[in-house]
Amino acid sequence: MKKLEYDLVVIGGGPAGLAAALEARKNGVKKILICERAPYLGGILQQCIHNGFGLQYFKEELTGPEYASRFIDAVEQSDIDVKLGTMVMEILEDKKIISVNREDGMFEIGTKALILAMGCRERTRGAITIPGSRPAGIMTAGTAQSYVNLEGLIPGKEVVILGSGDIGLIMARRLTLEGVNVKGVIELMPYSTGLIRNKVQCLDDFNIPLLLSHSIVEVHGKDRLEGVTIARVDQKLKPIHGTEQYISCDTLLLSVGLIPENELSSKLGCEIDTVTRGPVVNEKRITNIPWVFACGNVLHVHDLVDNVTQEAEIAGRAAADLINQAAAEVEKDVVIRHDQNIGYVVPQHIDALNNKEKTVKFFLRVKNPDEHVRLVVKDNFDQVLLNLKKTIVEPGTMVTFNLPRELVTKDTSSISISIAREQAE
Amino acid sequence: MKTEVLIIGGGVIGASIAHQLAKYNLDIILVEKASDVCMGTSKANSAMIHSGFNIDGGTLKGKLALAANKVVKQLCQDLDVDLVKPLGSITVGFEESDLEKMKKTMENGIKNGIQGMRLLDQQELHEMEPHLNPEAKYGLFEPETGIINPFEYTVALAENAVINGAKVMLDTEVLDIMIENKTVKGVKTNKGNIEAKVIINAAGLYADKIAAMVEDIDFEIKPRKGQYFLYDKKWGNILTYTIYSAPTKVSKGMIVVPTIDGNILAGSNAEALEDKTDLRTTAEALDQIYTSTISHLFPELPRMGDVITTFTGLRAASSNEDFIIEAAKTVKGMINVAGIQSPGLTSAPAIAVMVEELVRAQNLELDFTPKANYEKGRKAPVMLAELSYDERNALIEKEPAYGEIICRCESISKGEINDAIHRPVPATNMDAIKRRVRAGMGRCQGGFCGPKVLDILSRELNISPLEVTQKGNASFVLAARNKELPLAEGDQKNEKIRI
Ligand SMILES: Cc1cc2nc3c(=O)[nH]c(=O)nc-3n(C[C@H](O)[C@H](O)[C@H](O)COP(=O)(O)OP(=O)(O)OC[C@H]3O[C@@H](n4cnc5c(N)ncnc54)[C@H](O)[C@@H]3O)c2cc1C
Ligand SMILES: Cc1cc2nc3c(=O)[nH]c(=O)nc-3n(C[C@H](O)[C@H](O)[C@H](O)COP(=O)(O)OP(=O)(O)OC[C@H]3O[C@@H](n4cnc5c(N)ncnc54)[C@H](O)[C@@H]3O)c2cc1C
Repeated sequence: MKKLEYDLVVIGGGPAGLAAALEARKNGVKKILICERAPYLGGILQQCIHNGFGLQYFKEELTGPEYASRFIDAVEQSDIDVKLGTMVMEILEDKKIISVNREDGMFEIGTKALILAMGCRERTRGAITIPGSRPAGIMTAGTAQSYVNLEGLIPGKEVVILGSGDIGLIMARRLTLEGVNVKGVIELMPYSTGLIRNKVQCLDDFNIPLLLSHSIVEVHGKDRLEGVTIARVDQKLKPIHGTEQYISCDTLLLSVGLIPENELSSKLGCEIDTVTRGPVVNEKRITNIPWVFACGNVLHVHDLVDNVTQEAEIAGRAAADLINQAAAEVEKDVVIRHDQNIGYVVPQHIDALNNKEKTVKFFLRVKNPDEHVRLVVKDNFDQVLLNLKKTIVEPGTMVTFNLPRELVTKDTSSISISIAREQAE
Repeated sequence: MKTEVLIIGGGVIGASIAHQLAKYNLDIILVEKASDVCMGTSKANSAMIHSGFNIDGGTLKGKLALAANKVVKQLCQDLDVDLVKPLGSITVGFEESDLEKMKKTMENGIKNGIQGMRLLDQQELHEMEPHLNPEAKYGLFEPETGIINPFEYTVALAENAVINGAKVMLDTEVLDIMIENKTVKGVKTNKGNIEAKVIINAAGLYADKIAAMVEDIDFEIKPRKGQYFLYDKKWGNILTYTIYSAPTKVSKGMIVVPTIDGNILAGSNAEALEDKTDLRTTAEALDQIYTSTISHLFPELPRMGDVITTFTGLRAASSNEDFIIEAAKTVKGMINVAGIQSPGLTSAPAIAVMVEELVRAQNLELDFTPKANYEKGRKAPVMLAELSYDERNALIEKEPAYGEIICRCESISKGEINDAIHRPVPATNMDAIKRRVRAGMGRCQGGFCGPKVLDILSRELNISPLEVTQKGNASFVLAARNKELPLAEGDQKNEKIRI
C-alpha cells in the first residue's frame, strides 16, 4: 500500500475544505493535501447555479460555482496538493488516513492535523417514514438539483415539494423555469423552515403556494408516482382527520432537512452533539480529539456559505497553530450553556486563555420563531456580557453574534445564552 | 420459442427449482414478469432460516423446512452466499402464560429433532441480550435459527441455473397456458409463445391464477400483509440473536432480528387483504408494531430517525394454510407450487427436490441424466468491502473502476456496479443495482449516488437516461431533458394546490 506524509490533510473540497486549506497555507503550513471524493472541487456549490452567494464575504452577489471558483483558483495557484476522485474511507487513531482512488488504489496518508469538511447529506423519505407505496418519482430536492443542474435532466412534470427547506424552495423556482408545474410546497411546521428571502423570491414571485401545518399522509402509484394525499396537522403535528386532499403529481421532492456527514468522525471517536449532529468543538473548531478540527456543514448545517468560509478559516488558523506548535499550552475550558428557546449553540465550549482572536463568533438556532426578543449572554457570576435586540428570530435563519474576548476572564467557568421576549417597559 | 421445462416465477422458489433441474440435461426457461428476479415476496420477508423448532412437523411445510435445514449450509457454501447459521433465537416472554407456551414450543422443537433448546431465567435472558426491556422475564433459547440475504440467495440460485444453461427471461409475463389433449403445450406471454413439455407454477401470490388457467382448482391464495422497520447499522449491536416475541392475541410471531448486512429488521404484523398488489405501509400498522413489539422488546430503538426504511411483505396464504405442491389433477405436465408462505425461504431447496420428483413422476420423456460439465457453484460478485486492502489494490490495479467510489454510504465502487450490470442475471434498473451491490441502500438511500448509478446504467445498457427505470416497467426515474418542456402552459395545466 502506498504511503504519503503531510502536515495537514483536509477531507472534502467544498467551500469549507478549500477555505480551511488556504488559511492554513497562509499561516505557514507547508504540506497540505485536500482529498475530494468528486471529480471536481467546490462541493455542493457546483450544483447551486442560482445567485445569492457571497453577499457577506465578498460584498457581491455570486452564483455557487462563481463563489467556489474564487477559492478553487487560489488553491490551484498555491502549492496545496489536491487529490480528486478520492474517497476517505477511514481515519485511524494514530493520525493515519486511509483513502482510495483509481490511480493510487487504497493508500495511507500520515498527517499532523486533520480538518473534517465532509459537508452534509439530505434527510430521506425512509428516515421520516411516509406511508404508502414505493413508486419511482420520489427523491430529495438536492438529488433533483443535481439532475437538473449537473446532468440537464428533469425529474418530472408535476411536482409537489415536501418541506420548506432552502433547497426545496430553490428547486421550486428552478423547475418552474424549466416548464415544470410545481403545485405547491407542504410544510409540517406552522412556519417556513427556509430563509425568508428564498420564500419570497422562489415561491411568492411564482405564485407557488406554501401550505404550512400540512403533511403528506400517503403516496400513491405503482410504477411511477401518481399522487399524494395531504392533510392539515394539529398542534401536535398529527394529521387532522377529514382534512385529507388528493393531489395528483408525478414527482415528490423532499426538502426535510440536512444531516452532517459524520460517519468517519464518529468511527474515529469524535464526540457528536446530539442536536447539531456534528462534532462538539471549541471556538477554534477543535474536536475532542486534539489533532482533529471540523468546519462547514459537517459541523452544523449553515444556511449561508459565507459563514462556512469564515468558520473554515478559523479551523485553518487553529490547525496551523497546532502544526507550527504555536498553540497555547495551557487552556481553561469555559462551557457554553443555553436556555430552552435555543436549539443549539456552536461552539459548545471555549478556551478562556486563548487571546489570539479579539472576538468569538457564536452561531445559534432558535427552536421557534419569535419577534422582538433579547439575546442575553451572562457569565457564571451572573454578569451580563451582552444584551442584544433581535427583531425577528426563526429556526430557518442562523443567529450569530460576536463576544469580545476581553469579557471572558481567567475566572470565567461558564457562559449562558438566553433568548426571551422583550419585557414591556 | 421452445423449451422442455418452463418455470413461472423468479422468486426464491422458482429460482431453487431452476437450480435443481439445471443439474440434468434439460432445457429450462424461467419467466419472470418483473424486471428482475426476487421482486415478489422473496425480497420482503424476515430473511430467517427457520430451524423448525416452532413449526408443526406433521405439516408439509414443517417436513420440508426440517429437510431443508440439513442441506442449506452446503448449498450456500457452493453458491458463495452469506448465511449465518447457526445463530440461534430467543423467544421472549413477559407473563407467566408466556412461559407455559414456551414450554409447549420447546416440546415441539424437541419432537422436531432440534437439540440444545433451553429455558432462560430472567438473569440469563438479560445477560444474553442486555438491551432487552428489563421487564422481560422469560426466555426460550434455540440454537439453530439462521439468517440469510434473500436477494443474494435468490440471485445466486438463478445465476447458477443460467451458468448451467438455463435461460432467465425477465419482463416476461405468462398470460395463458396452452393445452392440447389434456397435456400442457406451453405458455402465452407478452413476449410471445413458449412451447414446453412441463410447466412449473411458482408464481407466488398468483399461483392460484396460473393454476386456474389449466383446470378448476380447489384452493385460493390470499395475501396477508406484514410490515417492517429497517434500522440503521448503528443499531446493529443492540441484539445478538434473532428475537421472537411470545405470541399474544394481537400479534403472533413478531420478530426483531439482525440482518446479514448488520442492520436490524423488526416486524411484522399480519393483515388479511384482498388486493395482491397492496404493498403500502400504513401509519396505524407501523405505530402498532412499534408500540406493541419494537419498543416493548427494545425500548432504545426509535420510532423514527434511524429508520432507514419501512416496507411490506405479502404472505401467499392458501386456504388450508399449508404448502400445496402437486401435479394438476386433470392435465398432464403441470406442477403447482402454491401457498408458499413462511417458511418458504427456508424450505426452498427441499421444495425444489420435491418438485423434481413430481416432474419425474409425470413420465414426460425428459432426459434426467446429470449434466457432464455441471458447475455446482458460481463466482460471487466482487465485494470490495469484504476484501483486505492488499486484495483491493490488486483488483484496482487491474481495473481502476474498483477504485472509484460511487455510493458514499456503503462505499460501493463503479467496478462493482458495472459487474452487476453484466452478471448472468443482469441488473438493469436502479433497484436491481441496489439489491445486488447495496448502492443506495445506505443512509442517504441513493440521494448522492442515484444520479451516478443512473448515468452508469444508461451508458452500460446503451439507453437514454430517460429510459432508465427505478424498478422496471414504466417506473422511469426522469421525465425530460432541460429545455424540452414548454414554458408556462394554460391555467389548467398549471394548476396549483388550493385549500
Ligand atoms: C443539496 C444542497 C443544496 C444546497 N444549496 C445551498 C444554497 O443554495 N445556498 C447556500 O447558501 N447553501 C446551500 N447548501 C448548503 C451548502 O452545502 C453550504 O453552504 C456549503 O456548500 C457547505 O460547504 P461544505 O464545504 O461544508 O460542504 P459541501 O459543499 O457539501 O462539501 C463537502 C465535500 O466533501 C466531500 N466529501 C464528503 N465525504 C468525503 C470523503 N469521505 N472523502 C472525500 N471527500 C468527501 C464531498 O464530495 C463534498 O465535495 C446546500 C446544501 C445541499 C446539501
Ligand atoms: C412478512 C413475511 C415474512 C416472512 N418471513 C420468512 C422467514 O423469515 N423465513 C422464511 O423461510 N420464509 C419467510 N417468509 C416466506 C417467504 O418469503 C416466501 O415463502 C417465499 O419468498 C416465497 O417465494 P416464491 O418464489 O413462492 O414467491 P415470490 O417471491 O412472490 O415469487 C413469485 C414470482 O412470480 C412472479 N409471477 C407472478 N405471476 C407471474 C406471471 N403471470 N408471469 C410471470 N411471473 C409471474 C412474480 O412476479 C414473483 O416474482 C415470509 C413471508 C412474508 C410475507
